[in-house]
Amino acid sequence: MVDFGGWDMPVQYRGLIEEHMAVRTAVGLFDVSHMGDIQLRGPNSLAAVQRLLMNDASKLQTGQAHYSAMLYPNGTFVDDVVLHRLGDNDFLIVINAGTREKDVKWVRSVIGSMGGVHVMDVSDYYTQLAIQGPRAKETLQKLTKVDLTPIKNYWFTWGTVAGCHNVMIARTGYTAEDGFEIYIPADEPTSARVWGEVLEAGAEFGVQPCGLGARNTLRLEAAMALYGHEISETINVFEAGLGRYCKLEKGVDFVGREALVEVEKGGGPKRKLVGLEMVERGIGRDGYAVLSAAGERIGEITSGSPAPFLKKNIALAYVPAGYTEIGTEVGVEIRGQAVKAVVVPTPFYKRPKAAAQPVTAPLS
Amino acid sequence: MPYPEKYRYAKSHEWLNVDGDSATVGITDYAQDSLGDIVFVELPKVGQQLEAGSTFGSVESVKAVSDLYAPVSGTVTEVNESLNSAPETINAAANDTWLIRMTVTNPDEANALLSAADYEKFVSEETGH
Repeated sequence: MVDFGGWDMPVQYRGLIEEHMAVRTAVGLFDVSHMGDIQLRGPNSLAAVQRLLMNDASKLQTGQAHYSAMLYPNGTFVDDVVLHRLGDNDFLIVINAGTREKDVKWVRSVIGSMGGVHVMDVSDYYTQLAIQGPRAKETLQKLTKVDLTPIKNYWFTWGTVAGCHNVMIARTGYTAEDGFEIYIPADEPTSARVWGEVLEAGAEFGVQPCGLGARNTLRLEAAMALYGHEISETINVFEAGLGRYCKLEKGVDFVGREALVEVEKGGGPKRKLVGLEMVERGIGRDGYAVLSAAGERIGEITSGSPAPFLKKNIALAYVPAGYTEIGTEVGVEIRGQAVKAVVVPTPFYKRPKAAAQPVTAPLS
Repeated sequence: MPYPEKYRYAKSHEWLNVDGDSATVGITDYAQDSLGDIVFVELPKVGQQLEAGSTFGSVESVKAVSDLYAPVSGTVTEVNESLNSAPETINAAANDTWLIRMTVTNPDEANALLSAADYEKFVSEETGH
């Protein structure tokens, strides 16, 4: 067990590689209850969310979610979030564990005395379980009568799951696989029972309970950001390559917008997040220096690890603008030695497109 | 007993199997279990001089890097090249998988290492169970 934002969490159950592979080829179950949840309700909740978050929440329909972030006025990250629209005037922001207190304070300070919106930290109400992998749908379907097939990626619905009523069932995740996240009542007997039922339902598909270790390697293969690594209070949206989730022209002056407009005017960020693949033997790790071909320190790895599915050693790193071209050769300093690496496209891993439905002849 | 009686053990979790004036060095079962899936091993060159307690390489799992420390002083005479392509052998059989073979300059240094029973006690104290 390790301490993760105040939560005791297993790094692995059966073994990191086995768990990682289960998610890529079958199904894995994660306890992600450490994630926090902030609910904003009331007639001004959309206005509040629009001021608070960089993406355009007015585009969300009820039952839809998207990736977004809360920014400081200088365009760096308070946290990255997934915003769910529960109703016309009802939003749920899923936040990181380690930033929960800071986030809740931040939301309250930004929204301040704005009337018509009620902010609630509902983190302790839910146990959040993630069921991820190509067999995730079949696994979860055994525990609910809700037809999961029509739920699109980043949409959600409510239904009875494993005997719990009104469970939010979202087709979201942090693994680059198909999968669901369910929000069940947080009491321990219920959580433990549902955990057990998902494992039982997934047994025929080879389900594995997965720890923080696999959660990290899966998201790294997918080149998804992790707070405190790729994004933080010293890194802005454009440096992190998350501009596509940042809607400067949404018509609301969200916190951080002005600074980002200036960054754009100034010709874009001076450094950028890139994917690296080790060419020579060696594993670049978090915090290792990135070197130019001449051996000069130019940047730093934010996350680096062997990639269990890709069977390569990969990393995400910040490098100056002149080093971001695919194919650029760089070095990574490993125990005093420069080890060759190359800039590669991200994500490192993309899930294969679902096989087309078999074409059947019309009935008559 | 996960730790063979005939080996000597360092508190940095290497084992030493002395045979006359040479010895093999590996990592303990406790070390492989703590590291998890081992994916990379970096070993010294043959001929490298080692001081007791100096680093001679590293073992990496998916999630962690761990330096290797020479349990005694001596010279590297052979390295286990098969670990470059099959590092997971260490997880499967830590007691039987040697990393390097070395000469032993001073046999007294080996005597100063832990016995199997003492190492087991050391590990249980370190982990608190």
